[in-house]
Amino acid sequence: MTRSRAAYDDVVVAVPVTVPYVRYSIRGAHWFLAAALAALIKRAGLGKDQIDGLCVSSFTLAPDTAVGLTQHLGLTLRWLDHIPMGGACGIVALRRAARAVQSGDAEMVACIAGDTNHTHSFRLNLATFSQFARDAVYPYGAGGANASFAFLTAYYMRVYGATREDFGKLCVAQRANALQFPHALMKKPLTLDAYLNARLIADPLRLYDCVMPCAGAEAFLVLRRAAAEELGLPYARILATIERHNAFPDDPVQYRGGWALDRDELYAQAGVGPKDIDVLAAYDDYPVITLMQLEDLGFCDKGGGPDFVRRESFTAAGSFPLNTSGGQLSVGQAGAAGGFLGLVEIIRQVTRKPLGAAVDNARLGLASGFGMINYDRGLCSGAAILAADQ
Amino acid sequence: MSDTVLSRLLAELAGGRIRVVDLTQTLSSDFPQIVLPPEMGQAWPFRIEEASRYDARGPGWYWNNFSCSEHTGTHFDAPIHWISGRHLPDNSTDTIAVEKFVAPACVFDCSREAAADADFLLTVDFLRQWERRHGRIAAGSWVLMRTDWSKRTDPAAYQNIDETGQHTPGPDTDAVRFLIEERRVLGFGSEAIGTDAGQAFHLKPPYPCHYYMHGSGRFGLQCLTNLHLLPPVGSVIIAAPLKIKEGSGSPLRVLALVPQSLPAPGMSRATRKKSKTNGMRKRRR
Amino acid sequence: MTRPPVRPPRKNPILRTRLPTLPPAARSRVALGLTAAAARGRFELQVCRDCGTVQYPPREACRACLSPRLDWRVQDGNGELVAETTLRHSHELFFRERMPWRLGLIKLDSGPLVVAHLHGDCGSPPARVRVRAHLDRAGQAALLALPDKDTPHMADDRELRELTCDPKFRKVLVTDAKTPLGQALVEGLAGAGADLVWAGAAEPWKKPPGFERVKALPQVAIVPLDLTDSRAVKELAGEIGGRVDILINNADHHRNFGIAARDGVETARAEMDINYFGLLRLAQEFAPAMRARGADGPSSAVAWVNVLSVFALSNFPPHGTYSASKAAALSLSQCLRAELAPAGVRVINVFPGPIDDEWNQTLPPPKIAPARLAADIVTALRGGAEDVFPGDVAQDWLERWRDNPKALERELAAMPKQ
Repeated sequence: MTRSRAAYDDVVVAVPVTVPYVRYSIRGAHWFLAAALAALIKRAGLGKDQIDGLCVSSFTLAPDTAVGLTQHLGLTLRWLDHIPMGGACGIVALRRAARAVQSGDAEMVACIAGDTNHTHSFRLNLATFSQFARDAVYPYGAGGANASFAFLTAYYMRVYGATREDFGKLCVAQRANALQFPHALMKKPLTLDAYLNARLIADPLRLYDCVMPCAGAEAFLVLRRAAAEELGLPYARILATIERHNAFPDDPVQYRGGWALDRDELYAQAGVGPKDIDVLAAYDDYPVITLMQLEDLGFCDKGGGPDFVRRESFTAAGSFPLNTSGGQLSVGQAGAAGGFLGLVEIIRQVTRKPLGAAVDNARLGLASGFGMINYDRGLCSGAAILAADQ
Repeated sequence: MSDTVLSRLLAELAGGRIRVVDLTQTLSSDFPQIVLPPEMGQAWPFRIEEASRYDARGPGWYWNNFSCSEHTGTHFDAPIHWISGRHLPDNSTDTIAVEKFVAPACVFDCSREAAADADFLLTVDFLRQWERRHGRIAAGSWVLMRTDWSKRTDPAAYQNIDETGQHTPGPDTDAVRFLIEERRVLGFGSEAIGTDAGQAFHLKPPYPCHYYMHGSGRFGLQCLTNLHLLPPVGSVIIAAPLKIKEGSGSPLRVLALVPQSLPAPGMSRATRKKSKTNGMRKRRR
Repeated sequence: MTRPPVRPPRKNPILRTRLPTLPPAARSRVALGLTAAAARGRFELQVCRDCGTVQYPPREACRACLSPRLDWRVQDGNGELVAETTLRHSHELFFRERMPWRLGLIKLDSGPLVVAHLHGDCGSPPARVRVRAHLDRAGQAALLALPDKDTPHMADDRELRELTCDPKFRKVLVTDAKTPLGQALVEGLAGAGADLVWAGAAEPWKKPPGFERVKALPQVAIVPLDLTDSRAVKELAGEIGGRVDILINNADHHRNFGIAARDGVETARAEMDINYFGLLRLAQEFAPAMRARGADGPSSAVAWVNVLSVFALSNFPPHGTYSASKAAALSLSQCLRAELAPAGVRVINVFPGPIDDEWNQTLPPPKIAPARLAADIVTALRGGAEDVFPGDVAQDWLERWRDNPKALERELAAMPKQ
C-alpha cells in the first residue's frame, strides 16, 4: 500500500483575481502578470515586499521565465516556481505553493498565470509548442489543438455514442453562465441551433467547440489560515489535490485522462465522494474533454458521459453546476490563465463571492485541469477539492 | 601624303575602285565545328561567356570571354598542324614570315560540280582547264576552291554527315601535288570545314591536302565564305593568324582586295555595293 | 474514390500568379532521420536496438527502456485508422490555400500512433491503411496514409499530388533527347500524360537512330539546346522558361579515362562543361522562372531532375574524370535544391549505376537499360523521394557507400577496367 499523503492542514487559498480578458493586446505578458499581482496585493492588503513566494505560468513570457519576472516586478523572494503546464498549471501551482507554505519555506505565495495575445503570437506558439508537435503534428495541416481534439472528439463520438447535441448542451449552458460573468468575452446567448450549425473548423468540430485565444491573467494567494484571518480575507480550504503526467500512454486514442488513475485517492484524501461536490470547474478547451472529466472524476462511468449530459442540467442553478463563470469556451482562453480560470471560479463559489452566477450553498467545489497537447494528447491532468471555511 | 604605292592604294580603296571583301564566317556558337570520332580529342566550338554588361559585374562596360579551338570558324592551318609538317622550320603561327599573310588568290569555281556531287574532287584536269581560261596559277598564290558550300546556312546541310561520315568537296591527291610541285602555291582554301574532302580519309594518303600542303610548308584556309565575290584571278588576300606561340592555326579575319575592274562571277549589280557576310542560320525550328 | 483526372483549365492570364508558400519546415535534428529516409523513398522509424520498441515521433532515447541506441529501420507502414478529421481552418498559408485537408490518426501495427495526411480513398475509421513517407513541398518528410489496396486514379488524389511531382498535365523539358536515355525519357513522359515535352537537341548535324521516332510524337517539340552554350541556354529559357513545370537534365558527357590514361584536360573539361557547367547554366537561366511558379495552379512548376551517376558518391578510377564531374554536379545540385526550396520545387537527383550505352560498352553486366532508367525517373516523379538509385548496381553501391565509404573507395580502386 502506498503511504497516505499528508493533509494540507491549515493552508488556505484566497484572493481570486481576474485581469479582464481582451481578444488581442499590444502589451507583453509581463503587463498582464504585473496587473494580476498588483490586483492581488491590493485586494489582500499586502505590500509587495510581503509576498515571499511566487509561482508563475505563462506561454508568452519568453525569453523570460519566473526568474526574470522577479527583477522585472521588483520582487525579492525566498521561494519561486515556474509551472509550464498549460491547462493543469492552476492545480499544480496550488499544490506546489500549498506545500511550501505548509512546510514554512514561504509565507505568502502569489500564484499568477497570464498571457498576452498578439495577432500572430498564437500561430507562433503552435508552431513551436513542443518538439513532437513541431516534428509530427504541426506540419500536418497546421490545425493546432483543433485538429488534435477533432481526432479525440471523433473517436469519442464513434466509440461512446456521444452526439453533437450532447456537446452542444454543455456549451449552451456555459454560455448562459457566462452571460452573468462580467469578464466573459462572449456576450451573446448561444442557442443549440447556432451551435449545431456553426461553421466547420475540423470535422466534427465547429466554431463553438473551440476556445477563443485571448489575453488576460488570473491569480490567487496561498497562505496560512491564520494569516488570512488576520488580513480579513475570505478563504477556501484545500481538502485534496492530484496531478498526473503522461497517463495511459498506450491508449491508441486519448479516451481517458490521468484523473482515472488518481480520483480514488483524491476523494479519499478529501474524505468526500463525487456526489458531495456542489460545483465543478472542468477544463473545457473543447467540450469532449469535459465529458471525459465527468467520467474520469467519477460523476458517471466511463462511456456514461453522454447519458449524464442528457440527464443533468449545467447552469449555476441547474442539477449539476458546471463551469459557472462560463468556462474557457465562453470566457476565452488567455493562455496559461486558462489553467487558473476554473480554480479561481471555485475559490469564488466556495467563498460565496462569485462575480457572476452563484451556486446555492456551494460548500465543496472541484476544479480540474488538463493541458499540454505535446503530441497526440494532453499530458498533464490534475484536480483539487476546495471547501468553504468551517 | 606623297604619291606612293600605299597612298594610291588608299585612294583606290576610298574611291571604291578596290573593294574589300570579307571572306570570314561570323564566330558564333551556332557555327558547326569539325566532327571527329568521339573518343578522340575534339576541337572546341566557339563559346562566349559574358563578363559584364553594364551591370553589377562591371557597371560601365560590356565584354565577353570566349573560347574556341585554333581550328574553329574561318581559320588558318599552319604546317605544324599536320604530322607531315611537324619538323619544318617556321611552321607555326608565331614563326611564319608575315609577308606570306598578304598574297594573290586564284579562285576555282567548282560550284556547279559541288552542287551536283557533294563528294566532288578537284582534279588536275579541272585545274588545267581553268588555266586555259585564266592563265597559269602564279607561284605564291592562295588557291581557293569555290563550292558555294558557305551558302548552306543550315548547319546540318553544311556538315552533310550521314552514316558514312561527312560529304563535302575537296581536292584529290594528284591535284594537291600538282599545285605544290608544279605551281608552288602558298596554300589551299576551302568553303567547307576542311581543306580536304569529307571522305578524304579514304584517299591515298588520307587527307592528302593536309598531308602534302603542310608537309611542304603550305597553309590552309577553311570555312571561307563569299568566294563568289572574287574574280578568278587578280584579288589579294590578307589572312594573318593570331600570333599563338607554337600555334597550329587560328581563327582569323580573311579579307580580299578586289579591283573593281575585275567583276566576279557572283557580283550582281545589287551586291556590288555591299558584300554580305553569310551567317550560319539559327538552329531553330 | 478519387475521380478520374480532368485536365486543368488554361491559366487565366489576367489573374496574378499565386506566390509559392510552404508547409511548416522546422524539424528537430533527430526528426530529420525521417526526412533522410523519405529522401530515398523509404518509410523508416527509429527502433530500439536493445528492446525493439518502435518509436514515433522521433526521439533521442527509447520510450520503453531509455536506451539511446535507436536505429532507423524500414517500416511496412501497415496500421489502422482510428480517427480522422477534415481541417477547414489552418494557421499556415500553405494549408489555408488548400482547404479542406483530410488528416488521420493511425495506430501502426508496429506500435506507434502517427498523425498523417489521409488519402481520399481511405475508408472511415476503423479502416486498414498503409502509411508512407513522402517529402512534402518544404522538402521535409511527411507521413501519408494510403488505402490498404490500390484504387483507380489513386495518384490523382489532391493531397497526394501535393506530395508528388506527377508529370500528368505538366510541361517538361528534357535537356538531351538524342541519347537512348533521352529518347526513352521523352517517350515515357509522353506516355505518363505530360502535356508537352520539349526535347532538347544539340549538334543538329548528328541524327542518332530513333530520334526521328521521338520527333514525331504529338506531345514533343524539338528545341535547340546545347548546355555548353550560355547564349543558347539563355535564349531557350527566354522562350519557354516561364512554362517549364519539370526540367529533366539528362545531358551528359562521358569518357572513360582516369588521369594517367589521357593526356591533357580537354576531355575532362568537356565533361565538366556539360555535366557541371551545363547544370549551372541551366540553373541560372531556368530556375528563376520555376521559383516564381511554384504555386502556379494545379500544374505548377514542381521538379528539377538531375541525372547524375552513382560515381558521384565515390570515384570510379577507370572513369575518373567523369566521376569527378558528376561529384561536382552533385554538390551544385545541393545548392540548387536550397535555392529552389522556397518555391517548393523538388530537386531530384538520380544516381544510376553504369548505363548500358556506348561509353560503358566494356563494363560487365549488370548495367541499367536506358528504358528502365527512364521508367524509374518517371516513377520517381510520381513518388516522394529526392535521391533515387535506380537499378541493382546503384543500390549495391549505395549500400556499400552507406556502410563504409572508405571500403567502397578501396573496392572501386581495385576494380578492373574491363
